[in-house]
Amino acid sequence: MRDVAIVAAGMTRFGELWDASLRDLFAEAATEALKNAKADHLDALFVGNMSAGQFVGQEHLGPLLADELGMAGVAAARVESACASGGVALRSAFIEVASGASDVVLAAGVEKMTDSTEVTEVLATASDQELEAYHGITFPGLYAMIARAHMERWGTTEEDLSWVSVKNHKHGALNPKAQFRSAVSLDDVMRSSPVAEPLRLLHCSPVSDGAAAVLVVPLADAKRYTDRPVRIAASGLATGPMALASRKDIAFLDAVEASARRAYKMAGHGPADINVAEVHDCFAIAEICAIEALGLVERGTGNAAARKGDTALGGRLPVNTSGGLKAKGHPVGATGIAQAIEIFEQLRGEAGARQVADARVGLTQNMGGSGASSVVHIFERV
Amino acid sequence: MPSPRYWREVPARFRLEAVRCRGCGKVVYPARRVCPGCRGTDLEPLALSRSGTVVTSTVIHVAPAEFAMETPYAVAIVETPEGARLMAQVVDCELPEVKPGLKVNLEFRLIRQEGHGGILCYGHKAVPEA
Amino acid sequence: MAGIVGYGAYIPRKRITAQEIARQWGKDPATIEQGLLLKEKSVPGLDEDTVTIAVAAGRVALQRAGIDPQKVGALYIGSESHPYAVKPSGTIVVEALGIGPRVHVADMEFACKAGTEAMFVALGLVESGRVEYAMGIGADTSQGAPNDALEFSASAGGAAYLFGRADPLAEVLETFSYTTDTPDFWRREGRFYPRHGGRFTGEPAYFKHVLAATRGILEKSGLKPQDFAFAVFHMPNGKFPLAAGKTLGFTKRQLETGWLVPTMGNTYSGSSPTGLAAVLDVAAAGDLILITSFGSGAGSDSFVLKATPRLAERRRLGATVRAMLDGKRRYLTYGQYASYREKIILND
Repeated sequence: MRDVAIVAAGMTRFGELWDASLRDLFAEAATEALKNAKADHLDALFVGNMSAGQFVGQEHLGPLLADELGMAGVAAARVESACASGGVALRSAFIEVASGASDVVLAAGVEKMTDSTEVTEVLATASDQELEAYHGITFPGLYAMIARAHMERWGTTEEDLSWVSVKNHKHGALNPKAQFRSAVSLDDVMRSSPVAEPLRLLHCSPVSDGAAAVLVVPLADAKRYTDRPVRIAASGLATGPMALASRKDIAFLDAVEASARRAYKMAGHGPADINVAEVHDCFAIAEICAIEALGLVERGTGNAAARKGDTALGGRLPVNTSGGLKAKGHPVGATGIAQAIEIFEQLRGEAGARQVADARVGLTQNMGGSGASSVVHIFERV
Repeated sequence: MPSPRYWREVPARFRLEAVRCRGCGKVVYPARRVCPGCRGTDLEPLALSRSGTVVTSTVIHVAPAEFAMETPYAVAIVETPEGARLMAQVVDCELPEVKPGLKVNLEFRLIRQEGHGGILCYGHKAVPEA
Repeated sequence: MAGIVGYGAYIPRKRITAQEIARQWGKDPATIEQGLLLKEKSVPGLDEDTVTIAVAAGRVALQRAGIDPQKVGALYIGSESHPYAVKPSGTIVVEALGIGPRVHVADMEFACKAGTEAMFVALGLVESGRVEYAMGIGADTSQGAPNDALEFSASAGGAAYLFGRADPLAEVLETFSYTTDTPDFWRREGRFYPRHGGRFTGEPAYFKHVLAATRGILEKSGLKPQDFAFAVFHMPNGKFPLAAGKTLGFTKRQLETGWLVPTMGNTYSGSSPTGLAAVLDVAAAGDLILITSFGSGAGSDSFVLKATPRLAERRRLGATVRAMLDGKRRYLTYGQYASYREKIILND
């Protein structure tokens, strides 16, 4: 396998972008990435997208979006793994380049959610339709069940969940691309309206529009595009039982652990080597479970990390410096790529007020559904 | 939900038909072709008891449109005496009592409907033991 | 001799009081409670309908009978609130109960008499030897129009009776039916609420048919009111069955066990069958039981039953009607009631 690097990134603001269509969003992010690298062609394009078919009635995004770039003819396909679609698109690009099949590949992610009036229903299609969605469960509901199981098993409290939101909003306030650029207090979170007990509105990521793109090339060619490439040291993808009811321990995300194990092995790194991480905090409980499954904290202690400041900027291991899905926004298909962009900027020293000093190794973790699929990437400063 | 898809699930939804793996003993609901525990394919049919214990739960306040008139409502994962786990709404209860360990019976109920003109979709809901 | 080999009832756990309905419409609750003898009524949840009530009652009937559901050769379900206008309720019920597919199934409708009608047909098939076991169910989630007198009574519930010839819990000694065309209460196709003829539903409808059917069965069986331990008459309100019983020479004592309407309401097709279930919950071996239904339109079915020694041991296998009426309940406001009964207009 060849060594692979990201050499450029492009990203829209995340939020309720009423003026922009799915293609507008994609084109903005993709052209920015191409321009930054001064790349004049692509060998392949992978677009992570969860559900354009349901959100905007548009499938077959590969050719549509290649054409939008004036690149009809290029190898292009949409990649889907629910909310992990972006991360899996990045993995597809990584493997495409590592294998030698292509030399210049754009990994993009896009979701246009606000055109739909049935977002709750569309997102619920990432759960088991027959065993879960049939009974009126929602995504917040599934994570709420995980939260209650974590509370039952580890004594986690609603306040522990709330500290995750407080921290991520604080980070998001420093991110010009974030949907929410405002801090929230613990009280704000604890008093927000209930969505699915014990989760409240401010424990949940928002409905967002947005797109993100990174240019992936062989590390050997990277200096042609930038003087500060970031190496993709590893990609790990794993799945777990789809239905929550089928899992051994509802309070633990097996797929996240397996995806991390594969990535750590490929990178030759362990959790202790990670300087900065972007994890999939679609709900506050998800960040707690993710950092446990990634081995960034001891199992059962994820609940204390945000409260103690360990995962805040300036803490032992800053997590979700971008604001995470909670504050930056969560246009589902774009999220996995946006996470990679945050780490790309951190490792290049371009994160401004969010910069983690001397970050050398970073990790992204992006998951689908209630954690049935998870993809982990590890990045290194070159 | 189109009728054929609903109709196909009738044995599982109406009669709680499951399978027990003759290889590893795992009880799987609903019935499958391959045991998720050991990948065995020698599976015997088994109907689950209409009772169980709540493993974890939530109370939905923001619901899909189809369920909006039912909010707030509890949903739980219930473990039956056979060791199978399934998701079900918990009804005819006080919402705060729906916690791990709550003993429930599974009752046949209307779960959803396709608007006013579509088919009615039935299944089981959990009700706390009297 | 053929008889009831298993029975079961189901009453939803939600209630609304006559007082709350009266408050909504600015009526005097005392006139309802004392005039119609109605205190409260059962209300179905959004997830309860004739089918789910029938399944719950039918399941207990099978449990008490202790037979293989596959041996049930016919199932009839009587209701005026079948959830589909076209598509049977009974097919859903048999699938849920594990009966069939080798089974004869039909839905019946005869206003409040459809339940005993289903029982009558099921019994006949068993007596003829056409099938080994047959189930007759009466269940309803009846609607009374807002601000109509019926709103105080129209409730939800039902009972299921499994008939067979071996080991009955109660033998059926006699039946009698009395039917005329009397338009005292009706609901046209496509209409949400029924209409009724006010006082015309009394003398020429309820009383004429209930009295005639009861007198008919007494004459046919050679029995007198005092021979019976219990009697159940259809319960459109609290007053009518007591008045009918009194006219016929039955005492309050014979009537009160099956007189469920003050706290259950009128479960329409499930009304007299649920009353009978409450009687079977307590009857002693050898007790004679009379039940007379009434359905607008109009007609009455009467049955004479005799409890067997087996009844006492089998009835323990299910909850009693009294336990369902007096057990865990949730009282609704009129607003909640209107929502549960889908009386609030929503966008599709």
